[in-house]
Amino acid sequence: MIVAKRKPFEEIKHFLKGYKKVLNVGCGTCVAVCLAGGEKEVSVLNAELDMARKIDDNPIEISGITIERQCDREYLEVLDAKVGEYEALLSMACGAGIQFLAERYPNIPVFPAVDTTFIGVNQAVGWYEERCRSCSSCVLGQTGGICPVTLCAKGLYNGPCGGTNKGSCEIDSNQPCAWYMIYERLKGQGRLECILEITPANDWQNQTPRTVIQPGYSKPETAGK
Amino acid sequence: MKSGSNLEKILKAGHFAFTGELGPPRGTGVDEVKHKASFLKGMVDSVNITDNQTAVVRMSSWAASLIVLQEGLEPNYQMVCRDRNRLAMQSDILGAYTLGIRNMLCLSGDHQKFGDHPQAKGVFDIDSMQLIAMVKKMRDEGKFLGGTDIEHPPKIFIGAAANPFADPFEWRVHRLAKKVAAGVDFIQTQCIYNMEKFRNFIKLANDMGLTEKVYILAGVTPMKSVGMARYMKAKVPGMDVPDEIIKRLQGVEKTKVADEGIKIACEQIEEFKELKGVAGVHLMAIEWEHKVPEIAKRAKVLPRPVMD
Repeated sequence: MIVAKRKPFEEIKHFLKGYKKVLNVGCGTCVAVCLAGGEKEVSVLNAELDMARKIDDNPIEISGITIERQCDREYLEVLDAKVGEYEALLSMACGAGIQFLAERYPNIPVFPAVDTTFIGVNQAVGWYEERCRSCSSCVLGQTGGICPVTLCAKGLYNGPCGGTNKGSCEIDSNQPCAWYMIYERLKGQGRLECILEITPANDWQNQTPRTVIQPGYSKPETAGK
Repeated sequence: MKSGSNLEKILKAGHFAFTGELGPPRGTGVDEVKHKASFLKGMVDSVNITDNQTAVVRMSSWAASLIVLQEGLEPNYQMVCRDRNRLAMQSDILGAYTLGIRNMLCLSGDHQKFGDHPQAKGVFDIDSMQLIAMVKKMRDEGKFLGGTDIEHPPKIFIGAAANPFADPFEWRVHRLAKKVAAGVDFIQTQCIYNMEKFRNFIKLANDMGLTEKVYILAGVTPMKSVGMARYMKAKVPGMDVPDEIIKRLQGVEKTKVADEGIKIACEQIEEFKELKGVAGVHLMAIEWEHKVPEIAKRAKVLPRPVMD
């Protein structure tokens, strides 16, 4: 899932300084699961904003709504009839959701309430770790299911480097060395030959905005609206 | 001859090579480079010019290499993957070669987190293995990584590093084999203190036939103090300092510790001269360039052979 964390309160408050009627839009998918921008987080943030603005003697009328997914046109539709009542929108979705919301209502200012952080996994409640950089050319088949692009601090394709220290990365003794883990896992599977060959220079595909059209589909006529 | 560099000639002729190291200044002090170079002239076959080592900004490696070259020393131009993408690397290689640089050392580079700009975006467009292959392709095929032809390709003697002491030990010789397959001509190792582990590493490299394909220069850094030895043991990732080294330094009078460090280094060099698979020594006398003439003399590696 996409993991996000809420922005510092002061930053959010600063965005909304000049607005008196704001709708905070939560997202019920990834950011809800990682406890950053779902229904509960929308109501907590709204309560904080309401209180802070009262103290500042500059009250705000802030409402909340959480839709299933902000990255999906189908779910944004329910907002069409509502947004006209507001001066600005706050979004607690990931960066993709925020942009899709802003794209749908280009005349209304949209502000982010979270920092989108990574694609990761849920290690325990409230504890998430990054696992994927969406590089568009997955090497997990050769690396024992451990991503060097994400988990090696230098993103090496032919590691480990000389900084491996008792199984941890040179940047931090609490950070495991990805290539040490790759070596250990492939050794356990009897597949070390997977990393004996040189991996050539990568063809970076994440340097321009990417589009995916799955087989059998085409770009819809209605794209963009 | 692949490059015709002095280092290549020395190694090809079967001489025991002796290389040094010089760190560029944190500013524009050309005299500082010249001063350090003056101690190394005639003492080493080639001198490594580090590239923003420990991720701290310094005078560019190619510029300091050119100053050293003007001073009559042969530079070994270090290049790390942290600070440049493949375009910048290839253009720097062309420029460096054009102005007389003939040796290169291809490195991943210390992570930017350690340096004076920890906020920087690390590039790592390609890794050290891919850098070796790229320089080889430029030299031997006369082509850029992207596949187009190079007019007057750069003829570089290609070096890389090896750390026999980092985990996992069993993998290190395979990583060396990969560097050989990528096209490396010579290797300079991490500073060696654990001789037993190094002997094992070299034996594995000999058994795999790697030392017939690549010249291995054993890395030596004399300990200046007990504190330095302790620091290297505890703080430098991938460094293996056995307790015997620390004990030996502790066992001499305080004023004689540095001398004992040099003595240990010279004993190591004597052993490397006889060790099958070792083609020379890379002396990293960090901020101790003025001691290099004494170390070279005591290690009996002088005079350096003069090649045509």
